[in-house]
Amino acid sequence: MNENKIIFELSRTGRKAYSLPACDVPVKPAETMVPGEYIRADATELPEVSEVDIARHFTHLAHRNHGVDSGFYPLGSCTMKYNPKIDEDIANLDGFRSVHPYQQEDTVQGCLQVLYEMDRMLSAITGMERFCLQPAAGAHGELTGMMIIKAYHESRGDTGRRKIIIPDSAHGTNPASAALAGFETVEVKSDARGGVDLEALASAVGPDTAGLMLTNPNTLGLFDENIARIAEIVHGAGGLLYYDGANANAILGKCRPGDMGFDVVHLNLHKTFATPHGGGGPGSGPVGVRNELVPFLPRPTVELKDNKYLLDYDHPLSIGRVKSFYGNFGVILKAYAYIRTMGPDGLREVSETAVLNANYLFGRLKQYFTVPYDRICKHEFVLSGEAQAEKGVRTLDIAKRLLDFGYHPPTVYFPMIVHEAIMIEPTETESRETLDSFADTLISIAREAEEEPDKVRNAPYTTVVSRLDEVKAARNPVLKWGD
Amino acid sequence: MSRYIPDTEEDRARMLDAIGLSSTEELFSDIPEELRFKGSLELPESMAELELASHMKTLAGRNANAEAYPCFLGAGAYDHFIPSIVGHIISKPEFYTAYTPYQPEISQGMLQAIFEYQTMICRLTGMDVSNASMYDGATALVEAALMAVRSTGRSRVLAATGIHPEYRDTLRSYSRFNGIKITEVEAVSETVDKGRLESILSESPDDIAAIIIQSPNFYGYIEDMKSVAELAAKYGALSIACVDPISLALLKPPGECGVDIVTGEGQSLGNPLSFGGPYLGFLAAKKELVRKMPGRIVGQTTDHEGRRGFTLTLQAREQHIRREKAVSNICSNEALNALAAAAYLSVMGKEGLKEAANLCLQKSHYACDRLLETGKFVKISDAPFFKEFTVKSLNEPVSAINERLLKHGIIGGLELGRFDAGRFDAGSLDSGRSDHGRFDLGGADLGGSDPRRFDTGRFDAGKLNPGGRDPGKKDCWLVAVTEKRTKQEIDRFVAIAAGGDR
Repeated sequence: MNENKIIFELSRTGRKAYSLPACDVPVKPAETMVPGEYIRADATELPEVSEVDIARHFTHLAHRNHGVDSGFYPLGSCTMKYNPKIDEDIANLDGFRSVHPYQQEDTVQGCLQVLYEMDRMLSAITGMERFCLQPAAGAHGELTGMMIIKAYHESRGDTGRRKIIIPDSAHGTNPASAALAGFETVEVKSDARGGVDLEALASAVGPDTAGLMLTNPNTLGLFDENIARIAEIVHGAGGLLYYDGANANAILGKCRPGDMGFDVVHLNLHKTFATPHGGGGPGSGPVGVRNELVPFLPRPTVELKDNKYLLDYDHPLSIGRVKSFYGNFGVILKAYAYIRTMGPDGLREVSETAVLNANYLFGRLKQYFTVPYDRICKHEFVLSGEAQAEKGVRTLDIAKRLLDFGYHPPTVYFPMIVHEAIMIEPTETESRETLDSFADTLISIAREAEEEPDKVRNAPYTTVVSRLDEVKAARNPVLKWGD
Repeated sequence: MSRYIPDTEEDRARMLDAIGLSSTEELFSDIPEELRFKGSLELPESMAELELASHMKTLAGRNANAEAYPCFLGAGAYDHFIPSIVGHIISKPEFYTAYTPYQPEISQGMLQAIFEYQTMICRLTGMDVSNASMYDGATALVEAALMAVRSTGRSRVLAATGIHPEYRDTLRSYSRFNGIKITEVEAVSETVDKGRLESILSESPDDIAAIIIQSPNFYGYIEDMKSVAELAAKYGALSIACVDPISLALLKPPGECGVDIVTGEGQSLGNPLSFGGPYLGFLAAKKELVRKMPGRIVGQTTDHEGRRGFTLTLQAREQHIRREKAVSNICSNEALNALAAAAYLSVMGKEGLKEAANLCLQKSHYACDRLLETGKFVKISDAPFFKEFTVKSLNEPVSAINERLLKHGIIGGLELGRFDAGRFDAGSLDSGRSDHGRFDLGGADLGGSDPRRFDTGRFDAGKLNPGGRDPGKKDCWLVAVTEKRTKQEIDRFVAIAAGGDR
């Protein structure tokens, strides 16, 4: 039973898991409705299994997967906090899950109210004027923001602004999103304290600068103290400031991108606002803008007129749509429920605790690893496994050894500016005991790396598979069953 | 303290003490004083779980929903049957509370499920390779267009006007900024004008990267995918088909028709309507295009002991490795929705999906025939359809019919006249015009050909008529009938639809 089978390997001719009502309208041969040359000759070779087979198969697969509910998940830059159960129940109410996006407006007032209030609440949290909830993920929000920046410059006849400046510590999606919006990217280096190098920035900006993409706190988990000066330099050159909200869990109620000088912001509802990551998605990446940029937001917007919520498509300067319908509504709904649960004090407490947890854990680990930037961190921090690597135990090995203790490893080898990087984000939903036992484990692995390096190099031992041959996977791609 | 934050006051004090600080405020001393937010965020006060549940139920109660109201709306989102077990599978916390499977040793469950999903999508579409999902049908279509441009080194795509208007709007937004040129090609009797396609291709044989069609198209009609694929191949362009996955249990798979890239909206596969999302886009292609594909791809390999295992693969295409040179910026996708699709397709299986597809075919044709019999509606095309069709109302505005249906507890079809005018004309008219001059050359750069010839293909006549409606679709009604609709519901729907006169 525990032999790991593909669902197709369980298939037996004649077995079934479905039941459908008999056809209650007069049945006509398909060929009388659709020409024969359009009709499929062979049946689609989908599995033939029973409902019991399916229940056990996916339960078995679930056992081979680690989620936040399974254990600590300190994956840096991903904010793997606990996902409240009530929010799942809410998204499953018929009055939300079974609503068609093209129903008449007066039959979807509840959905529109959620979107409308979410726009207002995210604006209050970030200090922006309006939010668009359409983007489906963080990278999609970045792309939308880049389009808005380009449309803004072009609307002013300022067509020479071809370049987006991006720090060398940025997420890979930043340059990829800027490129997809038709920009060239210019990388600026970080200074000795881990922030944007002001001199490098000053010499990078010019009449071709469309804007700067910045994560603050940045991917090192450090708040860029020079943010006001950075904004001055970029704005002075006629560019706009884009805030990558991947790390917003550090700043709720503590500071706002709008007050820091940012013009465009995206938030990751699946990070900061506790919606589950779903094993890779769905996410939601709403984009907020300051006043002058509102006309460029994707359409439609949700407005309130005469006590009625409505969809407003009349935005002639809008960049248009970035996806169908109104965004990942089910995700937005869960984030809405979370914000209503926490309230303003709760959200501030989230960031205070996330930052406290990170600094506490940082403090416990400092002496056992190389510390590239020894400052107060925000919601996450970056260590380097350089000392261990010199003895032949690489960061990847340390990550794999953590699996044997039931932990999801931190983000590794990112940001790229730190050698053998280990990026740890504990979040606010972990207790001191969890942080302590994780620290104890990591310290014991550091000791193992000295005393029994092979033990770490060959880890993991307790997982359902050991390290996988990724070179083989890429050289001889087997991308479906039967390849 | 919030119930989601375990630290006690004592914990806090001990932790602060351990790091040598006396207050949490000191943790934020690196934020310049003048930038620190001093007040309280302008948000409603926190709610207890009971209060939240009650508030959300009130909001949910302000929506009509397809469980209570038989739904005849489709247009890209469909009220299909979702077997109970699908919800149970995607509610397993090991799946839904996990991140992207970067650590394969503890993510074999999701990786294998996605591998199974990829296999099922390939079998449905008749293609060689599938990725692990895109955001939705619209963005999958845009990414396919970008793939075609990258693969062919050509910059223009021909997009049929039968493609979902929101997908075309999304394609326009992306293309405005990244230099892809779009020429929209009109339909004849509601399917793409193949003569027009051929004349554009023959006039500029080296310029066209792809022909994009949707089948069944937005108005419900099945396109001649094979002829379109052959036409594209003849001129060295790729063919892209956006398809309905349920229809593929009955209709010839795009792979067999010679299509190069297949995309579509996967919502129908076990995902609820959820007011438009989260859904999933699927994207599958011929083998030779795999290294140009966007998004995550799961591959099979072995571990050190030779056991079968799965991992994310071909990552050299992706943003975290290639940054600005990546084939796409996508990072998070719609993995849980893809899991729902895999679970759904496992339940329905070989016979069940065919049976569901046949029920859609039978019931939609029954509904169409009954509507026509009333004498109050006429067909707008004789082209074949699968589960959705367009009729024109002869005596009464579609809005009045929908209002009456709603009063009787039925969600009617889509009012195309108002839909096209209200949703797209007002906005895309203006941006369309400015696009024309500044961002999209709209045919003006096609060498010796007459640029004006392409204008009619780019925008519906209605869209060039400010404030007007698409005259072709005035009084038209797009009706979807899935396997969920009973004969009784259809009969009632028809009777009420026909029940009024001006």
